[in-house]
Amino acid sequence: MTDILHYEFMQNALAAGLLTSLICGIIGTLVVVNRIVFISGGIAHASYGGVGLAFFLGLPVLPVTTGFTLAAALIMALVTLHAKERADTVIGVLWAAGMALGIILLDFTPGYNVDLMSYLFGSILAVPREDLPVMAGQAVLLLGLVATFYRGFLVMSFDEEFARSRGVPVDFLYFLLISMVGVSVVMIIRVVGLILVIALLTIPPFMAERHTRSLSGMMTVSTGLSVLFTVTGLVVSYLTNITSGAAIIAVASVGFFLSFLLPHRTD
Amino acid sequence: MVEHVIELKDVSLALGGAPVLEHVSLTVRRGDFLAVLGPNGGGKSTLLKVMLGLTRPDSGTVRVLGAPAGEAGGRIGYLPQFTHVSGSFPITVLDAVRMGLVRPGLAGVAGMGRGAREVELADRALSRVNMEEHRDRKLAGLSGGQKQRVFIARALVGDPELLLMDEPTASVDSASRNSLFHLLAELNREMTVVMVSHDLSSLASGVKSVACVNRTLHFHDAPEITGEMFKMSYGGSGDACCPVELVTHGEVPHRVLLNHDREEGE
Repeated sequence: MTDILHYEFMQNALAAGLLTSLICGIIGTLVVVNRIVFISGGIAHASYGGVGLAFFLGLPVLPVTTGFTLAAALIMALVTLHAKERADTVIGVLWAAGMALGIILLDFTPGYNVDLMSYLFGSILAVPREDLPVMAGQAVLLLGLVATFYRGFLVMSFDEEFARSRGVPVDFLYFLLISMVGVSVVMIIRVVGLILVIALLTIPPFMAERHTRSLSGMMTVSTGLSVLFTVTGLVVSYLTNITSGAAIIAVASVGFFLSFLLPHRTD
Repeated sequence: MVEHVIELKDVSLALGGAPVLEHVSLTVRRGDFLAVLGPNGGGKSTLLKVMLGLTRPDSGTVRVLGAPAGEAGGRIGYLPQFTHVSGSFPITVLDAVRMGLVRPGLAGVAGMGRGAREVELADRALSRVNMEEHRDRKLAGLSGGQKQRVFIARALVGDPELLLMDEPTASVDSASRNSLFHLLAELNREMTVVMVSHDLSSLASGVKSVACVNRTLHFHDAPEITGEMFKMSYGGSGDACCPVELVTHGEVPHRVLLNHDREEGE
């Protein structure tokens, strides 16, 4: 078992998995309690348009994708705030349009083709070492932002209308949250893929919510569960030689269904 | 100190093309206990949201506690309609009450907000609604009536000058409803209270004035229901839209409301 850590790609995969777990534990908690899973899915998918744009223009992928994703995220946030009744429809359209744009732009890019599968399921085993400091920096930034505005996020997530009545800058916090989702998603997709992002943003926080008594507790437990799923999934993938992203999701899904067998803690 | 806590002048508002409020003017004096009555969908909650600055009117002016609507948030205690709050949120009763101490602006929401003073205030608010023994429980485990009392504590905890309550008696059983009205009357000695209700029996205690809202507003400077007022606020002749056939002038606690075979609204 321990020889698994002798490979550098495995060490990198593990480090990337831990950082992803931390980011998803914090952001995923806010995504779940604010009921913005759908918009997060939309942001994640639309970001593919940014990937296509970067290759088409021959520019560096990470900054272009981040910019594109942030723009898509802010449009979705604006629509959600100002046209609530039809927001889900508009998000669905942007979701699909972003992906299609990415594929078309890649078709127009001569000589290079990004593997769509690696975008969907990522390639955690192929994480380059130089990506790790960027992820770590991002995790620190997110932790800092959430800690700074923790109380605002708490009040907004719990009861938006009450928060507004107290003069809490809900719109600012909402845009900040959506932007944090956008930035996280771009970074993590490169590493673990789109499908795994959605899974890790939703499954651990959902399981944690029923067994914790505070938002910060929910973030901590979510992060712990993410770590558990990611590490177990990586080991399973190594031992059975199956795709790592899918193995992590499979472990998380099994955990998700098993959690229903646990007694529901209410007090 | 301003004498008029709330001043609405000629406020009109349409939502999705349909008029919700038309030329509504209302002045609430400091120390008043105003009940806002009217049918469901008549614009009561919208009126409250206009006072809070949550909804902007299409025309007219709104001033609350001497400031434009939405700028006196830290001095208002608000009880939203019960259904607004997420059922499974991970939070304790004490922490939910402490949310009522959040101050306006970015500075008010920075940090984790722990403090002995806050806990002390939250404990005091909880004991006012008789929920102190539940302070460490998870909110999700409480009954509907208990949750409602926690949210009332959240509205009180900041010691507001003005208390705006949207259907405070929703999901509260009749015994605790009486103690709730008792509490509101007691609070009214310290603060102005505006209470929205579709329940006529809420007139039975402490209320000093009544506003009937059904797109237009009719203000009554005494807690009584007149047949005339009934017609104006509910429109047309009783039977068609209201189960109550007879309302008499009389002592406040002894109203007789007839004919309960037709239930109103929900």
